[in-house]
Amino acid sequence: MKRAPKRGWPSTIVGIFLLALMLFPVYWMVNASLQPAGNALYGAWFPFHPDFSGYATALRDQGRNLVTSLVVALGSVALSLVLAAPAAYALAQFRLRGTNLVVFGVLITQMVPSIVVANALYSAYTDLGLLNSYLGLILADSTAGVPFAIIILRSFMQGIPREIIDAARVDGAGRLRVLRSVALPVSVNALITTALFTFLFTWSDFLFALTLTTTETVRPITLGIYQYIGAHTNQWNAIMATAVLASVPAAVLLVVAQRHVAAGVTSGATE
Amino acid sequence: MVRARRWESLAQGMFIVPAAAYLLLFFGYPIVKNIVMSFQQYTPATFYTGAAPFVGVENYSRILSSDLFPKVLLTTVLFTAGSLFVQFVLGLAFALFFQRRFPLAGVLRSLLLLPWLLPLVVSGTTWRWMLDTDSGVVNSTLRHLHLLPSGIPWLTGTSQALVSVILINIWVGIPFNTTILYGGLQDIPTHLYEAAKLDGAGPVKSFRHVTWPLLRPVVSVVVVLGAVYTVKVLDIILVVTGGGPADATETLATQSYELSFQQFEFGRGAAMSNLLIVISLVFALVYLRANRRAKNA
Repeated sequence: MKRAPKRGWPSTIVGIFLLALMLFPVYWMVNASLQPAGNALYGAWFPFHPDFSGYATALRDQGRNLVTSLVVALGSVALSLVLAAPAAYALAQFRLRGTNLVVFGVLITQMVPSIVVANALYSAYTDLGLLNSYLGLILADSTAGVPFAIIILRSFMQGIPREIIDAARVDGAGRLRVLRSVALPVSVNALITTALFTFLFTWSDFLFALTLTTTETVRPITLGIYQYIGAHTNQWNAIMATAVLASVPAAVLLVVAQRHVAAGVTSGATE
Repeated sequence: MVRARRWESLAQGMFIVPAAAYLLLFFGYPIVKNIVMSFQQYTPATFYTGAAPFVGVENYSRILSSDLFPKVLLTTVLFTAGSLFVQFVLGLAFALFFQRRFPLAGVLRSLLLLPWLLPLVVSGTTWRWMLDTDSGVVNSTLRHLHLLPSGIPWLTGTSQALVSVILINIWVGIPFNTTILYGGLQDIPTHLYEAAKLDGAGPVKSFRHVTWPLLRPVVSVVVVLGAVYTVKVLDIILVVTGGGPADATETLATQSYELSFQQFEFGRGAAMSNLLIVISLVFALVYLRANRRAKNA
């Protein structure tokens, strides 16, 4: 740790001020969630008497949707990693014909608007009975995770020295075993970054939730909030409490995995 | 020998097949299906009867000739360009600010990412509450300061709603711009700044002659990637204004959603989303070129 120069403190004060300005909406969300119900006019600037009834209502109405989002997000992380890790490894380490074409295809998928995918999947899902199902949402939501995971993992795995791989091969390990016991363990940081971001993508998904579910049986939290706004505009404390609960993964991620977050943003954009 | 090699490349190919199959099913198929659908006529009854007759280019001609289309296109352009420009300028300002060394810089820089990591529905809902004409914190502050006795109809005024939605999208985009640009700034060797200083260059001159030229490749990546993301933004608009008031915040993306999923006119919805794809692909090509230049630089 380098010691920060003493003369930097004025910049720190400016920085804190700017951050406070940028994060005011987040503060306001938390503040509004702690106000008593029906307090629509001039919410107080600070929750001097925090009232948790908003959270009680939120958990009663939306608790199930939070669990649904958790299941879908975890499912999508698992699917994305299982599909992307071997592909990323092959694209990084094998000299296969068509590698460039596949990589180009993966990059192009990033430009396809989700509404295009949703348009086509709706009729396909109707025929296949995948509307209102966990599987249907996990498959659709992974359209964010799979390409992202391939891009991040490939760029990391390109850095694995060939000697390690070749040594394992000489020892008689099959390709799949090399992946499992050499390539994946050394890529653990990239795997964590990928998993965290895939989780967030899916947790935040709104469009597929909106278009590929029509009943309350499988309803992610984002859609729950959206329908809450329409139904209870006088219960803003419960709506905001739900919003706070839906923000927990992002906040936890930022605190626990700061390093991975910055890495994910940068490598996702410049690869 | 030949056989062994073929077996080898087959074994290697199996690593890619599952992912490739997924991408074909969930990107390839939708793209093709959208093109086909855009030439068919869908009605709410189609999902019961299965009847979706081919109608040629009628969906496209109806979209392009509708009274709403020029307005939707203009809104899309204003939304994209306005968001991009301001979030880039503010993102760059933040990035330059964080280049100074001061206590807590790292913590503050990562906290700044929060708006970008929150689900868009959450941000949209919070802003909607803050910008409420009667009970939102923004108007009540303006009233307390006696700046505006009546308050601004942020989300309900036809001319204000688009500005509000753009401002919210800017708020979401600043962290992303800051992070990428900060990364680009870190890659500029410090001895260049020192050399510029020795030559008597002030901060403005060294920005113009050192920072900007070396940052250019990263700038193009940020802007093009931002354009690709912004042009398809749907969540914020649907949550904050629902496209209203009086279609003031309808974009190509929200229109495509409404045609397909509210009016069940999947044919016209598909045609509209194909226009969106064409625009995205143009940006994509620009992006790939910019990215190659960034890597070679």
